[in-house]
Amino acid sequence: MKQFAELFMNLDRTNKTNAKVDLLKNYFLSATDDDKLWALTLFTGRRPSFKVNRTQVKEWAAGEAGIPMWLFQESYHSVGDLGETISLLLPRTSLGGSDKSLSEWFRYLGMLPGMTDEEKRDHIMQAWMQLSQHETFVFNKLLMGSFRIGVSQTLVVRALAEATETDSNVIAHRVMGQWDPQGTTFEQLILDKGENDNASRPYPFFLAYPIEGDVADLGEAQDWFAEWKWDGIRSQIIYRNKELFIWTRGEELSTEKFPELHFLSDVLPEGTVLDGEIVTYANGRPMPFNVLQTRIGRKNLSKKVLEEAPVAFLAYDLLEANGVDIRGLTQAQRRTQLEAIHASVPVQSHFNLSPLIAFTNWQQLRELHPQSRENIAEGFMIKRKASTYQVGRKKGDWWKWKIDPLSVDAVLIYAQKGSGRRAELFTDYTFAVWGDDGKLVPFAKAYSGLTDAEIGQVDYFIKRNVLEKFGPVRTVKPELVFEIGFEGINESSRHKSGIAVRFPRILRWRKDKKAEEADSLESLRDILSSYK
Amino acid sequence: MPKQPLLQFTGKSIYCAVADVHIDPWIPVGRAIITHAHSDHARWGSQHYLAHKDSEPILRLRLGQDINLQTVGYGEKFMINGVKFSLHPAGHIIGSAQVRVEYQGEVWVASGDYKLENDNFATPYEPVKCHVFITESTFGLPIYKWQPQQQVMSEIDHWWAQNRMEGKASVLMGYSLGKMQRILKNIQLQDTVLYAHGAIYTVNERLREAGFDLPELTLVTKETDRKLFRGALVLAPPSADGTTWIKKFAPYSVGYCSGWMALRGAKNRRAVDQGFVLSDHVDWPDLNRAVKETCAEKVFVTHGYTSIFSRWLNENGIEAAEVTTMYGNEDENEEEEVVQDAAVATASYEEHKQELDGEAKDNENRLER
Repeated sequence: MKQFAELFMNLDRTNKTNAKVDLLKNYFLSATDDDKLWALTLFTGRRPSFKVNRTQVKEWAAGEAGIPMWLFQESYHSVGDLGETISLLLPRTSLGGSDKSLSEWFRYLGMLPGMTDEEKRDHIMQAWMQLSQHETFVFNKLLMGSFRIGVSQTLVVRALAEATETDSNVIAHRVMGQWDPQGTTFEQLILDKGENDNASRPYPFFLAYPIEGDVADLGEAQDWFAEWKWDGIRSQIIYRNKELFIWTRGEELSTEKFPELHFLSDVLPEGTVLDGEIVTYANGRPMPFNVLQTRIGRKNLSKKVLEEAPVAFLAYDLLEANGVDIRGLTQAQRRTQLEAIHASVPVQSHFNLSPLIAFTNWQQLRELHPQSRENIAEGFMIKRKASTYQVGRKKGDWWKWKIDPLSVDAVLIYAQKGSGRRAELFTDYTFAVWGDDGKLVPFAKAYSGLTDAEIGQVDYFIKRNVLEKFGPVRTVKPELVFEIGFEGINESSRHKSGIAVRFPRILRWRKDKKAEEADSLESLRDILSSYK
Repeated sequence: MPKQPLLQFTGKSIYCAVADVHIDPWIPVGRAIITHAHSDHARWGSQHYLAHKDSEPILRLRLGQDINLQTVGYGEKFMINGVKFSLHPAGHIIGSAQVRVEYQGEVWVASGDYKLENDNFATPYEPVKCHVFITESTFGLPIYKWQPQQQVMSEIDHWWAQNRMEGKASVLMGYSLGKMQRILKNIQLQDTVLYAHGAIYTVNERLREAGFDLPELTLVTKETDRKLFRGALVLAPPSADGTTWIKKFAPYSVGYCSGWMALRGAKNRRAVDQGFVLSDHVDWPDLNRAVKETCAEKVFVTHGYTSIFSRWLNENGIEAAEVTTMYGNEDENEEEEVVQDAAVATASYEEHKQELDGEAKDNENRLER
């Protein structure tokens, strides 16, 4: 644990990519195989659940610290991280820390699920007593944390590739899919030279870069394909060994969530991997994303949901054909094979090709681009006909050309402190527009979009203009105006404004505007009706 | 009619009406008692100042050589309009004092900023028994528990040694008044030249001239040969972070000394190489201890986590109330540099308001036309 806690602390301390890769690489070169496997489990977001209740853990920690719950909560609001809060509040009994290794701690935690509440409490307390402050923090992350420390999977893959002297594409593929540390070893997962027979394993997704400057800078129009950029769930559909697997980009195996697509196991040839977008689809066209949202996250798909939000798969790439990895072929070649597979399938409205847009020069695309919203698309995808299918976000061959976001000017009315790097600063804002009764109606929460200097100024204003406190939320004097951009807009009965916007973000601070000059609910409704 | 309290919180000072004396006023007044020389407590423009004698060099440096300043020693009693005053060590920085005010058998103590641990430079804190105690609460949350000073100092020693080995300069940041003297008195000084930014150099020189035992510092100037910085310790105020001034030390490592470094978020936001958790304010356990030791019947909680700490005291059988003072409200002011940041932010905000008002007027004019 000492070694891992130190790795964690050092990763936390630097924001230089190369330094992070070096730290990870050194860890992968020096830790035991067992520990490496567990570290990888954490870094790839596969931390097992130990069936602990966060509220209970908070109560135990507050009890041990000898403080009431409200004071615990206040502390938590200030720190912004539960694991860290607990580590700071507990009485310090151990300065030296624990000699148990990372994997030993995981085995220790593995005993929790079968325990009674009281046993769980004792078990966790005993761990806390053995650990130093920083180790307690890391332990709490293993116990119940979201493991966000600014290390992307790409970085981990790079470090692991360097440490094992293996090609990073191979490593990226190996750490994907379904595996859990209890069912495999580091040796099997990473070092096994023979092709691991893991039928469900997806390929790493190839991601596009946003287009910079003018589309004509890409060169000759004839060298490129263009498709609509669908607003759905990026997915891979795998059919191997007579079994169907549906993976989403979040690396979630979601086969069960899309029963409409299960027929594919009867029609796809053995050894097929498709890349495309799952969208809600009716009457031959996609529906807005918020319809899809109604069924994401649901455990049980009721008949009603399936009727109101049916999905279809829009395929745009073929990664494996007849059991052979064809990512090295060109985009054009893969498209031809994809079309052949689609043609061989008896016509089915749930399996469609994402159509290629016909164009001979860039001007035609520019003219078509503003029609994206009517086509329920977010813009275009531009793909080089000669390009291979690569790993991760690479510049050069795949571009996304998104439409400008919709926007309104809104007034900042509520603020809440951020967490992590921004704990102690008010960074989470709620914005309002003028309602029909002349009162401000909240309609969106947004976090990103301001520079650090602007955040400092807004924070300064908020701290001096608090009207009321509700727990961590502050009501702020309505004075600052911001231009809020968003990708989509829909009616919503859950929101007071009657409107839900998608991906709201701050485009800029309108220092030139007074609160009275902000937009109204009416203007939001206008936008809504023009894009319905 | 209930009699008026001995000390009142006017929003601009802590005011004793009977004596007509203001403690740490933010506006020019006739008679001011200053708890310590940090710029959010010692303000410009009053006709008469009174402070502890160890505060004199810095007060004159910051408020002007010719201010009308009377100094006293700790425990020395003096009367103003029939009210008995005395200053007692607060342990915060050199010359820092708690102000004891006694009138008709009632004793109030305004403690200013304070810490209990002996820092080997400021006269150590002494508890003063009183009926009413006015306390700060800068770090008034149970998450703040300081390590013993010696442990933090060894961390600094270790960091400096590591950088020396790697041929890097060690740029150590902290407040120029208080933190830097504390560091100089407690780290293991090597037999080398110690470099300093002007802000720190000036304070150090002034204190040395006044006879305080502090090592000599060398001012970093444009002419200083950059090669000399390799392995050296360079003392800098936090405001030097991110300036071109700091770039001349490359290769260097930045260490930052502050109580806020206890939190990961604060540490990462500053993006320093090494955060040292070192504060001249009381942590949570010492804050509670200090309040208990005064045996006060009533506690007023000022700058910091005022509402939280007063609620905590009330729940633990000590009558307490939060007071809004000018020493900061919800934000986490720790002395001078932060106040300067705030001043900059206010200025830019005021500018913004003026712009708005100006435009509004333009609009009006347009309408009139």
